[in-house]
This record gives sequence, structure tokens and C-alpha cells, in this order.
Amino acid sequence: MSKVRVLVGTHKGAFILSSDGKRKQWEVNGPLFAGWELYHLKGSPVDPNRLYASQTSGWFGQTIQRSDDGGANWTPAGNKFTYEGVTGTHQWYDGTPHPWEFKRVWHLEPSLTDPDVVYAGVEDAALFRSTDAGATWEELAGLRCHGTGSHWQPGAGGMGLHTIILDPSNPQRIYIAISAAGAFRTDDGGKSWKPINKGLVSPFMPNPTAEVGHCVHHVAIHPSRPDVLFMQKHWDVMRSDNAGESWQEVSGNLPTDFGFAIDVHAHEPETLYVVPIKSDSEHFPLEGKLRVYRSRAGGNEWEPLTNGLPQENCYVNVLRDAMSVDSLDECGIYFGTTGGQVYASPDAGDTWAPIVRHLPAVLSVEVQTLP
Amino acid sequence: MSGPSSEPCSIRVILPYHLRTLAKTGEEVVLAVSSPVTVRAVLDALEVRYPMLCGTIREHGTHQRRPFLRFFACEEDWSHESPDAPLPETVTAGTEPLLIIGAIAGGAGY
Repeated sequence: MSKVRVLVGTHKGAFILSSDGKRKQWEVNGPLFAGWELYHLKGSPVDPNRLYASQTSGWFGQTIQRSDDGGANWTPAGNKFTYEGVTGTHQWYDGTPHPWEFKRVWHLEPSLTDPDVVYAGVEDAALFRSTDAGATWEELAGLRCHGTGSHWQPGAGGMGLHTIILDPSNPQRIYIAISAAGAFRTDDGGKSWKPINKGLVSPFMPNPTAEVGHCVHHVAIHPSRPDVLFMQKHWDVMRSDNAGESWQEVSGNLPTDFGFAIDVHAHEPETLYVVPIKSDSEHFPLEGKLRVYRSRAGGNEWEPLTNGLPQENCYVNVLRDAMSVDSLDECGIYFGTTGGQVYASPDAGDTWAPIVRHLPAVLSVEVQTLP
Repeated sequence: MSGPSSEPCSIRVILPYHLRTLAKTGEEVVLAVSSPVTVRAVLDALEVRYPMLCGTIREHGTHQRRPFLRFFACEEDWSHESPDAPLPETVTAGTEPLLIIGAIAGGAGY
């Protein structure tokens, strides 16, 4: 029978949650790297026992950890992230030039074809790649140094590159997203990049439809249709049917279209999930009710999913990398909260139950479906 | 103060908890360091023995001390001394350790 392994990054360590295909009984292992911030963990699609983890600390900086046995043992990998060439400046919060400074790795994206190749999205925003299982890192500087880089500005949480999507049908195409610069795409393996933000509207910007500057929170695709992108922006849920060339809003009947997480059902490319959050000033669910919203129409028409989720006095947040899906026949949906709960639905969102309730604030959730 | 010597000194270094777990070692490590024994020489030796500590105490490239870490020896703060200043003889002799300490910072933790 298939199994699932849920990799959870939190403010105070990592946890690995394991279950069989029924997803009713769970084994909880952790904390790993206790006391460190684990921004993200992710497994290689080629070798599921090869895991990468971003371990950070305000005191001790960045470390990358690697496991070759599914998380039982870990080895520190390389942590030297050096920007290529003349570092240059981006805009600071007050609009003044500010030198690029490496702070941490927000997201690790293992290659779809080679377990030794992994991409890292970092703050201050840049994309790095390792071809030796994380031992050394090289910046794909065409992104940061493309024409608009000097105009990028951090969001409230920092200027992080938080989303990396590798196109399964085209190894030369990568999508990334940065807060608060927007979404970008390369079609030549990372040498050159273009902003893909046409159709995004951000009223807080001097030019609400500018080429860059949009606070994109997360982007998701279905592997069978990599040209169709779904985006949770600061406000607005968006959709692109042409690889990001243009976007249309699909917030529809959502009670609020602010949020962070967005994901796509493993077998239904038009079924999406978001967790609406009240506002950019109040990062918790509306009315204290934790509700996942599902659209089976690729957006616009949304239904609340509440069965098993707290419907009163719930004031947690669900961060951008804290939702994931498995690929079992009946698709499982998972998300973690800043209150330390990790919820699982074994039936595509119809019913939910907490796997764990009292972890540190959850930063990321990734799911591996294992044979 | 010790003069140049061909015999390396055995230098005791106390690591903060999180670096011990990262390096999978105990609270105190003993390093062979040639004279003159300085903070730079000790950290060089430490990073050779435990390469996973590179970048965690001082920055890659610039070797600047990370802002929330301090160096103490013989009850004195060496954090703002030149990294090339010779450490006290009691450290060189192995009587006293060089302490690497994480700044006490509570407050905003989750």
C-alpha cells in the first residue's frame, strides 16, 4: 500500500509525519534541528529518500541539510550563497538604494530529473542552483540582474524568492515569484528572465499595473498543464492560461481574496484550494472560522470546506508554503498553521482532521507520496 | 605573551549549544593552533575541523563576526578586538577556554 510522508518546517525545528494510504493513523518524528527555523524541506521527485532542508538562525545564519535516507539521518551541506558579480542595489522600504544582502533560503526546489540538482530561492531575492547535492551553490544571476532588479522592493516579510516551479514538460522553463517584485519566467534554463505580471493590479503601488512590484504570495500549477498558473496575490486570486503572459482575476465569490497559500488537486487540474485570510492588516481567518475554499471550476466559483476545521475562535494564519497535496487515488490535502496545527484531508477537502495540534508555528508543508 | 613556536598549542573552545548540535560535538573542543594564537587562527582551525561551522560564526568571504555572537576569554570581551590580536597566555596554555557565545536575545521568539 502507498504511504505518505509530510515534511513540516516550523519556527523551532522540523517534523516528519508518516502514514499509510488511509491517512488516519500518523507517526510523528521530531523535532529535527530543534530550536532552528526550518523555512522549507522538500524531497527529490526522482529519489524520494533524498531530502533537502533550509535551516536558519538569526544567530548562526544559514545551513542547508541533506538526507539520503528519508530523513532518518542528515548531513550539513554547503551554505555559501554568494551573489554573482557586482552585487548592486535594490530599493529599500523608503525607496532608497540598498545593497543586496543574503539573509536566508526561503524555498528549496529539487530537480524533476536529477536528485543532485536543487534550486534555492533566497532573501534578498535571487535564485541559486546546486548540481552537487547542495555542496556548492551558484547564482542564476540573469534574474537579479535583469533590467528591473534595481527597482525591486521588499514586502513586509522581506524580499524573498519564495516560489520556484520547474516546468515538467520543458526543462528550460522555470517560474519564480518574489515578494514584492512579482512573478518571472525563464525559457532558457535560467539565463534570461522576463516579468510575467500583466493583468495584476495592486492599488498600493504608484502605478497599480506596473511591470514589477506586485506582492505575489504564491503560485501553483498542475503538472499536466504547466501553462496554466494559479496565483494567490497579496489581494486577489489570479489565473493565467498562457504561461503567465497575462492574468485574470478568479476570486469570484471568495469572502476575502487576501491569503497566502494556493494549491491544485493532484488529479483534477481545475480544482484549486486557497485559505482566505481577513486582510493584510489582520492575518487570520474571517470571523474566527478556519475555512479552506475549493473551486472545481478553475476559480470564480468557490465552496467553503469546514468539516473538521475549527469554526470559532480560530485566529491562526496559513503561510504561503504551508499547503501541499499528495497524489494518492483520492487526493489528500494538507496545510499547517501558525498555531502549530497540521490538518489533513484524505478526501480532497471534504473532511479534515489534525495530524498534530501543538507544533511551533508552521512555515512549510510538503508531502511525498511513497510506494 | 607567547612568541612564535613550531609546536602548536592545544586551545580549548567552548561552543554555543546550537553549534554543538550542528557540528555533532560536545560543549568543548580542543584544537591544535600554531602561534601566534589569535581569534582568527582559532576560528580557522575550528572551521577546518568542522567545516559545517563555516559561515555560522563569521561571514563567508569577509570573515566578519556575525552580529549576535561574542568572543570571551578570561572574563573579557574580545569581540571588538582585532581578530589578529594574540589571545591571553592562559588561553594559549590551555588553562582558560575561548568562549563563543550567542547573544542573549529573548523577546520576539515564537
